[in-house]
Amino acid sequence: MTRRPSTRAVAWGVLVVSLLLAGVVSFYAASTPDGLTKVSEDQGFADTETDHATADSPLAGYDAGLGNERLSGGLAGVVGVLVVLALGSGVTLLVRRTASETDDTAPRA
Amino acid sequence: MHVPDGFLDAPTSVATGVVAAVGIGVALRKARHELDDRTAPLAGLVAAFVFATQMLNFPVAGGTSGHLMGGAIAAVLVGPWTGVLVTSVVFAVQALLFADGGITALGTNIVLMGLTTVAVGWLVFRGLQAVLPKTLGWVPVAAGVAAFVSVPVASLVFVGLYAVGGTADIPLGTLTGAMVGVHLLIGLGEGVITFLAVGSILAVRPDLVRGAWPVLAARTLEVRPAKATATGTPA
Repeated sequence: MTRRPSTRAVAWGVLVVSLLLAGVVSFYAASTPDGLTKVSEDQGFADTETDHATADSPLAGYDAGLGNERLSGGLAGVVGVLVVLALGSGVTLLVRRTASETDDTAPRA
Repeated sequence: MHVPDGFLDAPTSVATGVVAAVGIGVALRKARHELDDRTAPLAGLVAAFVFATQMLNFPVAGGTSGHLMGGAIAAVLVGPWTGVLVTSVVFAVQALLFADGGITALGTNIVLMGLTTVAVGWLVFRGLQAVLPKTLGWVPVAAGVAAFVSVPVASLVFVGLYAVGGTADIPLGTLTGAMVGVHLLIGLGEGVITFLAVGSILAVRPDLVRGAWPVLAARTLEVRPAKATATGTPA
């Protein structure tokens, strides 16, 4: 068996790739309408879309409002990755904590 | 395929909200059996990766683009129940922080791009795993095909919801053709991204890919009889 990278190393790898994708590569993403948006335009129901309740969010539309499109989009992406990581990890922790509290067979910490 | 506010009427949005809430509630209970010391640290990171990849719209035919939905990839990497939690976090953050996908449509988006793609992705993946050779090389292939299938199915579920509670009178046949047509193409992208991402983790740490566990277990058992070693893949 060859030596394999640690879980910690893989985790850092996934995080760095995610930050690069959201912070840098996203600038080069296609700006044409996505599948549903295009269909709604072609079929004539795009105008049924109503105003978005969080349209005034400082990060609405993945635009951090720095004036520079590359920086604004990149910063929004990085913030998004970190917020999602924090919430996702938090939910995971919560699930595991309640599991160990209710499961009698789980080892006590 | 983020549904904005206004496409579906209030009763339908409430109904999908209830379905999403029930799905998340069940997932919160079931995910505890999927999360062990090995997989738990990766769940939040899979959420982050799905969020990042959803920013990367790729062009498909005719001035249209698409992006990853992520249910299949999350299910294969961390398990289907954790996958529901992971994708739900992504859609909630997108709607609340980035105004991407409506607030009243959040339940709809979790049902379409979370529950549906996780369920279809996982079931197709497990189905393929049952018939394909039990080798690690087939795991990313099965994941990619499952991801491909999950996207047009999600578009069909949207058509179903629109048939019930769409706010405009659109001929269903035309809507179905348009939605499934474009999402077959977007599904190809979903399949390729899923294949590459699952393949990458698998190449360095196969034990961190939950969908590969049956293969790893089978391989351990196959090593014992001398003749059977030829069927196993080298590590």
